[in-house]
Amino acid sequence: MDFIAEGFKKAFVLIVHFDGELLGIIALSLKVSGLALVISSVAGLPTGAFIALKRIPAKGALISVMNTFMGLPPVVAGLFLYLLLSRSGPLGFMGLLYTPWAMVAAQTVLAFPIVTSLTHAAVVGVDPIIRQASMTLGASPFQVTRTIVAEARYGILSGVMAAFGRVMAEVGAILIVGGNIAGRTRVMTTAIALETDKGNFELALALGIILLAISLMINVLLHLVQRKGSLRTELWL
Amino acid sequence: MRIKRALLVLIATLSLAVSSVAEEPRIRCASTTSTQNSGLFGHILPLFEKKTGIAVDIIAVGTGAAIEIGKRGDADVVFVHAKEQELQAVREGYFTDRHDVMYNDFVLIGPAADPAAIKGVKSVTDAFRKIAATSALFVSRGDKSGTHTKELSIWEKAGMSPKGQAWYLEAGQGMEKTQRIADEKRAYTLTDRGTWLATKEKDRLEMAVVREGDPLLMNQYGVMAVNPERQKHANYARAMKFINWLISREGQEAIASFTDGQGNRLFTPNAR
Repeated sequence: MDFIAEGFKKAFVLIVHFDGELLGIIALSLKVSGLALVISSVAGLPTGAFIALKRIPAKGALISVMNTFMGLPPVVAGLFLYLLLSRSGPLGFMGLLYTPWAMVAAQTVLAFPIVTSLTHAAVVGVDPIIRQASMTLGASPFQVTRTIVAEARYGILSGVMAAFGRVMAEVGAILIVGGNIAGRTRVMTTAIALETDKGNFELALALGIILLAISLMINVLLHLVQRKGSLRTELWL
Repeated sequence: MRIKRALLVLIATLSLAVSSVAEEPRIRCASTTSTQNSGLFGHILPLFEKKTGIAVDIIAVGTGAAIEIGKRGDADVVFVHAKEQELQAVREGYFTDRHDVMYNDFVLIGPAADPAAIKGVKSVTDAFRKIAATSALFVSRGDKSGTHTKELSIWEKAGMSPKGQAWYLEAGQGMEKTQRIADEKRAYTLTDRGTWLATKEKDRLEMAVVREGDPLLMNQYGVMAVNPERQKHANYARAMKFINWLISREGQEAIASFTDGQGNRLFTPNAR
């Protein structure tokens, strides 16, 4: 099990040396995944809540489709977007292939179903008494919705965190649409895949450790935000 | 509303962060994993950029995928190693200005103990026949790469079709991973000398070259520009600058001066 110690050692050395190239790769990972997460949340939260709260036809089928797309293989998403964004494809004129934008698009496609589906589940899971109570208290439809969504916020945040985990860990889609170009579209996961291909296992493992450490920090941060939210709620009560 | 504004600001900031600033001239080159992973590009591209100010973005995939990316117009220049396929694509009008750039050679590697007793056979085709006759395990790239194409052509010359045989494993992975699989499985595989030299120590492969030197095993690399008449936005002028530099004396010397850690030259320039 020497290799784990070796990986940690290398990770430590990389961080201490403050390697410029590595920092660029980390920064691009966070930008691409962050932007994809924000876009899919802005679109997915209302969609999920809408599906949960409104009477719409074929609701069951819609939910099944969304749940299926949660398991969309990244390579398939990447290939689909590649063909779409390729110069020979319908959106080729935009020249987005092999840019960070294409990577954001790919990760958004992957994250959106997760945010939508888990938001739907969280909102559906809210005790129906809440809805009845707020209606009895004379709330407008908008206020009712707001109350229910507020009640579901922990479940919704879990969905956002799950989507974040998916996009930060994802490599298949961004490898295809980003091209893993050094200094341009290389992110943590594609760098790890490349170093593994090159046989630099310790370096690849070290990058993996750094990626996990970053994810841990972000999750701790989100957890603190969540806890702060719940403390405030308790004070209100 | 406060949340909405915060989100807008967040999106705007991230958008700005993702879009890059001031652009230097660039071209996009679809190439193979062997050129990238051996470190060749890391050695020669800075020299080209210093001379011309043009940065080259490398998309490293298999030869088959690289040619396809070029055909679709998603690169300006393609640098691969499957001469027949390249010439075919040029004939079909997808590319122009194809040139030989350099070569290395393929070697047949296998377990150091050589269980199928390949060493001493007369030719690489005989070696392949012997692997089949003894049902020794053989790992194929199985990914339409240049190496895979070469391997299939050798099987064909040997008059065999190994696909589907129990001893014939298709890895579907890059060269180095395929070597490692062959090592783990105590199998034979066809590899390029560059990858073999660059990785045998590092990966602690318990394998040895069992056949080399046949004319059939030459591994020719070529470069070609995406035809600007087919793909209007392809940057033909810059692509030609890159191609002309690669085949110039300066570019050829840059290739010749590239060695692995032990001083082995990995590619021999042979542009005419």
